[in-house]
Amino acid sequence: MYALLLPGVLFVVVFRYVPLLGNVIAFQDYSPYLGFADSAWVGLQNFADLFTTPDVGTALVNTLVISGLQLVLYFPAPIALALLLNSLMSESIKRAVQSVVYLPHFIGWVIVVSIWQQVLGGDGLVNQVLRTSGLHTVNVMANPDFFKPLMVLQDVWKEVGWGTIIFLAALTAIDLSLYESAAIDGAGPWRRLRHVSLPGIRGVVVLLLILRLGSILTVGFEQILLQEPNVGAQAGQVLDTFVYFNGVVAGDWGLSAAVGLVKGAVGTMLVVGANWAVKRLGEEGVF
Amino acid sequence: MAVRVRPIWMERPSIPTQALKTVILLAIVGVMVLPFVYILAVSVASARDVLAGGLILWPAHPTTVAYESILRGGIVVRALAVSVGITVTGTAIAMVLTTTMAYGLTRIRDVPGSRLALFLVLGTLLFSAGIIPNFLLVKSLHLLNTYGALILPGAISAFNLVVVRQFFLAIPQDLLDSARIDGANDVQILWRVVLPLSKAVLAVVALFYAVGIWNDFFNALLYLNDASMWPVQLVLRQYVLQGTPLGDIQTNPLLGQPPPPQSFQMAIVVLGTLPILVVYPFLQRYFTRGVLTGAIKG
Repeated sequence: MYALLLPGVLFVVVFRYVPLLGNVIAFQDYSPYLGFADSAWVGLQNFADLFTTPDVGTALVNTLVISGLQLVLYFPAPIALALLLNSLMSESIKRAVQSVVYLPHFIGWVIVVSIWQQVLGGDGLVNQVLRTSGLHTVNVMANPDFFKPLMVLQDVWKEVGWGTIIFLAALTAIDLSLYESAAIDGAGPWRRLRHVSLPGIRGVVVLLLILRLGSILTVGFEQILLQEPNVGAQAGQVLDTFVYFNGVVAGDWGLSAAVGLVKGAVGTMLVVGANWAVKRLGEEGVF
Repeated sequence: MAVRVRPIWMERPSIPTQALKTVILLAIVGVMVLPFVYILAVSVASARDVLAGGLILWPAHPTTVAYESILRGGIVVRALAVSVGITVTGTAIAMVLTTTMAYGLTRIRDVPGSRLALFLVLGTLLFSAGIIPNFLLVKSLHLLNTYGALILPGAISAFNLVVVRQFFLAIPQDLLDSARIDGANDVQILWRVVLPLSKAVLAVVALFYAVGIWNDFFNALLYLNDASMWPVQLVLRQYVLQGTPLGDIQTNPLLGQPPPPQSFQMAIVVLGTLPILVVYPFLQRYFTRGVLTGAIKG
């Protein structure tokens, strides 16, 4: 048994726990040429710099705005779609729609962005049609004002179908006799939706909502990394892409590691806190 | 045609309601399917078609010249080969590590220390070290500019491990006990009894790993300096998203009139999506079960 466990444990420790030690460079003026041992220790200087570096604030605000938009637009979308799918009588239509809407989940961000670019970009399909109709063209993909809603729309497009799975399972678990009694008591479809379906999936909704709040500092890293250059850092930079561009690309290792460390620590606290809150509300937590 | 029988208490939806549902569903399906059809059409469009512009769902003068140019050799073919190689190798390594560890964690009560191992794994759901510490680790392991950097760090996903372990736990204990009485050791039990019974979940988890590796571009961007080592997703990013020309394709003079750059780009997009589209229908029916097992806590 231990022979079976050992390789896995070794992997988890080396690739998930050992890197945590790398966070020490958040307390250093790290230089890759000097390494951990010889880089100068600067105490909490990098953390103090967080507050005086305007780019960090911009990245934080952008992250929170995108997270907020996600809560409003992206979170309810799969619930609505699951309710719609659940109301279909034909299993074969339902399954056909599911096959289609699950698919984008498996398409990588490079491809997704390429497709959106081809449809909505400066020389994309929409603009070709606008141009041939003699109308003004608009490059949605490179407009700083559209950037944040665009990111959320892409999330919806990619994940709305996949997100329905858990809500559909919860809807299927609702006892049909509840609907029947409601109908006999004179409740129409909308009232059954309001008083049977929604209460039936309340637990799952609360759970996912709180988990979403727990990861409020994390928004699609690969997605934004690919598209931030279209609109610039002011409109597009989020915390994770700040760490990449400012740290790995620009070489400001210490400050970027500090941003990553603070974000990771706050994120962990939020997830643990969210889980605690779920349990306090009498729902089942994740751990 | 499977149609649920409508219970007597349920009223037939009104015609406007049915019409509205149909329109909404068609719109959703259209928004998800049409872009794929469109990029496929552009990839086989000739210069005339592309110049005409507008919505091409089937080009008037289809040609495979873009694919022929690409497949003749060069950066894209090499990148596709790299992607296939790391996806196959990476998935194999991930599956070995995930199944052995998942099985090792099925007897928390009898195997001292395995509870701690389970917590170690579940802990990774709570935090991750972040980009910079991971980069520093890969660097200090001398994995920079190797394919190991793309494969090894992600070899055990806690989510996938929980899915597999949950499935293993549901296998009747009697079956394992009788194999043990027959003299089988744990490795043999895993290989001969547990794995053959778990094909469905293994297929789903293998798909999750494979899709993850195939679609990844960031690890390649972070860890590989040498462009000749790039997988196809990173080539796509460079050529399609950043518009950097791929010299060895566009100057291919053997094919007469060169196809438009858009067709090239979309042909690479199609080639980068194809493997996923091919495996998707086979594995689709197992998704729901896999995802729900993972959603139930470990």
